[in-house]
Amino acid sequence: MPAGTLYRGREGMWSWVAHRVTGVLIFFFLFVHVLDTALVRVSPEDYDNVVATYKTPVVALLEYGLVAAILFHALNGLRVIAVDFWSQGPRHQKQMLWGVVILWLALMIGAIYPVLGHAARELFGS
Amino acid sequence: MATTETTASGIGPVEGGSVYNVDNPAPLIEAPRKRTKKTPRTTRGNFEMAAWLFMRLSGVLLVVLVITHLLIQLVLDGGVSKIGFAFVAGRWASPFWQVWDLLMLWLAMLHGANGLRTVINDYAERANTRLWLKGLLYTATVFTILLGTLVIFTFDPNIR
Repeated sequence: MPAGTLYRGREGMWSWVAHRVTGVLIFFFLFVHVLDTALVRVSPEDYDNVVATYKTPVVALLEYGLVAAILFHALNGLRVIAVDFWSQGPRHQKQMLWGVVILWLALMIGAIYPVLGHAARELFGS
Repeated sequence: MATTETTASGIGPVEGGSVYNVDNPAPLIEAPRKRTKKTPRTTRGNFEMAAWLFMRLSGVLLVVLVITHLLIQLVLDGGVSKIGFAFVAGRWASPFWQVWDLLMLWLAMLHGANGLRTVINDYAERANTRLWLKGLLYTATVFTILLGTLVIFTFDPNIR
């Protein structure tokens, strides 16, 4: 690890770290996702077989994680744009981060049932 | 004897004027950053600025494209359970969703590739490591964009 990668700490640095980590994770998923979708050019059966793994409870949990990463990266990205282009942005970057976190939490609570519901029904019966 | 071109004070020839004249009893010194005919042409374009702007413009579009995509694929109408070949065929029957997915593919891949390029530049300290990592990144990016584009344009609902 290169020296001096820990910057000032607090909201500014940690939101930047989280933006990087979520960005890299989303990019790696994107490779996999284009490859799995490319199977529609092989055969309907091969595509459906691979998509079946996306419907298992363990992968459902990973999908919930993917939604978490994408929503944070999207909301914080809009905050970064506000910091760069809005004259009052840098002054309010902390409040905007807390706005991002609260909105993210609300959306993540809302996503529990739609994203994880089918996995819960499979695990515990319905 | 050319007295205006060379002086004992070490100042070289100055473009567009003599070193001394009546109005400038002291030697005329050019502004430090003034571009003259002798300034070498800049070897750097505005690539980094264009990349910075692209991240913000594509970011705004991707927020709309990707969150709608997540809503359709993972939330509405049974969530992930409904996805299958028939569902893909139904969506790509419409040029609107073909263009949507094509735009999302290109913007997300380029946005992600530029993000990873920044990460590599930040953490890979040896020039050779950066070269290889970026070579791998660009190869994977071009391959994925071309594969995805090919799949969208050549999709055949009656493949079997």
